Amino acid sequence: MKKIVFCFAFIAALGCSNAVFANNALEAFKGQEGIVKVAGGTAHIPVIKEVAKRIARFNPKVIVTVAGGGSGVGIRQVGEGLVDIGNAGRSATEEEISHYNLVQVKWAVDGVGVVVSPKNSVKSLSTKQLQQVFAGAISNWKELGGEDHAIDLYDRDSASGTREVFVKKALKKGAVNGGANVVVSNGAMKTAIAGDPYGIGYVSVGHIDSTVTPVALDGVVPTIPAVQDGSYPVARGLYSSTRGKATGLSALLLNYLLSPEGQKIVEENGFIGVK
Amino acid sequence: MTRLIRAAAMVTGICTIAVFFMMLIPGWPLFSHGHLLALLAGGWNPTSSQFGILPMIVGSTAIAGGALLVGTPLSLGVAFVTVIFARGRMRRILLSCVRLMSGVPTVVYGFVALIYLVPFIRSQFHSGSGFSILTSSLVLGLLISPTMIVLFVNALDGVDPRARRAAATLGATPVQRLLYLQLSEALPGLLSGVVMGLGRAMGDTFISLMLAGNSINMPGGVLESARTLTAHIALVMAVDFHSLEFQSIYLCGFVLYLFTFMLVLILRAVDHRFQRRRV
Repeated sequence: MKKIVFCFAFIAALGCSNAVFANNALEAFKGQEGIVKVAGGTAHIPVIKEVAKRIARFNPKVIVTVAGGGSGVGIRQVGEGLVDIGNAGRSATEEEISHYNLVQVKWAVDGVGVVVSPKNSVKSLSTKQLQQVFAGAISNWKELGGEDHAIDLYDRDSASGTREVFVKKALKKGAVNGGANVVVSNGAMKTAIAGDPYGIGYVSVGHIDSTVTPVALDGVVPTIPAVQDGSYPVARGLYSSTRGKATGLSALLLNYLLSPEGQKIVEENGFIGVK
Repeated sequence: MTRLIRAAAMVTGICTIAVFFMMLIPGWPLFSHGHLLALLAGGWNPTSSQFGILPMIVGSTAIAGGALLVGTPLSLGVAFVTVIFARGRMRRILLSCVRLMSGVPTVVYGFVALIYLVPFIRSQFHSGSGFSILTSSLVLGLLISPTMIVLFVNALDGVDPRARRAAATLGATPVQRLLYLQLSEALPGLLSGVVMGLGRAMGDTFISLMLAGNSINMPGGVLESARTLTAHIALVMAVDFHSLEFQSIYLCGFVLYLFTFMLVLILRAVDHRFQRRRV
């Protein structure tokens, strides 16, 4: 019984603290009513979902719906007026912007770094070497100046936004060997690489910690500051577009994303804030 | 009351049939376009628009088969000990351990194996990353054992006690009774235990997703990374809903459905034979 009472007290306390915490940043949503439809890039989904949850908790009359579909779909749907906000893991092209009269906001940066086990002596690779490693042309660490042991490749599932950036910007659309192990998340990738002294994989820069060692690509170590100042190239912005300048609830939502609290959600999800 | 029970049975039955059509209807474009064979017999490479699921069918079969190879002797051993040697308290302890084993969530097995077994396999065999058919078969074998043990014990205990007493009177030792009487009498029950185990191994998603490596290549050996049909569904789920890649999920589901259906048919046939023999 005591336990149950304690549980309730805990939940109540949690609720209170949330309400107090949410007050300032979410104040703009007070008295508002309506639906905001969001679709597009999958990398954005966890952040938008959390935002939707917080808004709904503050004011249940504002409903934010979130759908995936990919960056192209997000831009097309917002352009055609099917959704209010279209998400994309890339900047919309000049053509798309002028054709649909889009206004886009960049609210996070997602960098992807190559990682190996801390036991591995290879700490630096060139783009060419990386391409050959992932294509399977280089299959022994010896060829890269490491131990004489086969390289274990780790890849992500094909729907992963992290994979998309990695293949496009680090491998320059090079092939990934079909024999690579496939893991389901940044977290799973980290666990796999941390445990495999001969493994090589890639994670979102926000996920790199002491359990894995980042590998410098063409001399630049993937760190959050390097991604922020643009010196590390394997990164992309997370964008949200609206048709014309955002108005009403869409504008409030985008403002919230750029508020300190919104940016905190961004960072909690492993991305880099823009403010 | 009867009506309620009948309604519950109806709902369950309709659901099962509905699942079949739910897979058939959205997957129809795939089946009707005539490239069914290419999908069933081809390789998987979305970048060059190849959506064949043969490597996954092979992966599933190899891992489930391996799990049976590990799980069957293990379960038979435990069942033998429980039935002949363990009496009273010992038997109770053994069986409650088995029950406890079946209660441990799959993810716990997967996680422990990820931390301990994967590095062990990698260091023992100097090929592969440790994420392999062997690793997931070992863990899956352990995972399906409780189901098999319980079914084996029931089957062995279910042998007519009069026959057992008669054998004992003729001077058969417990081991002889087990080998020459119970084993042959309980064969259908043992078989259905194996079939149930196979079904569980084939249907499991998490162990293979965590431990088998999920590579899209056709596996060439037990130390190689492989992907099962179930893990494939879990991995492809997040892609664009309208893509051919996504639609291949229905085919995977279909193959798994057919497989389970076949297992149920075998179980029924075995049961049928068992009952006829009892009469």
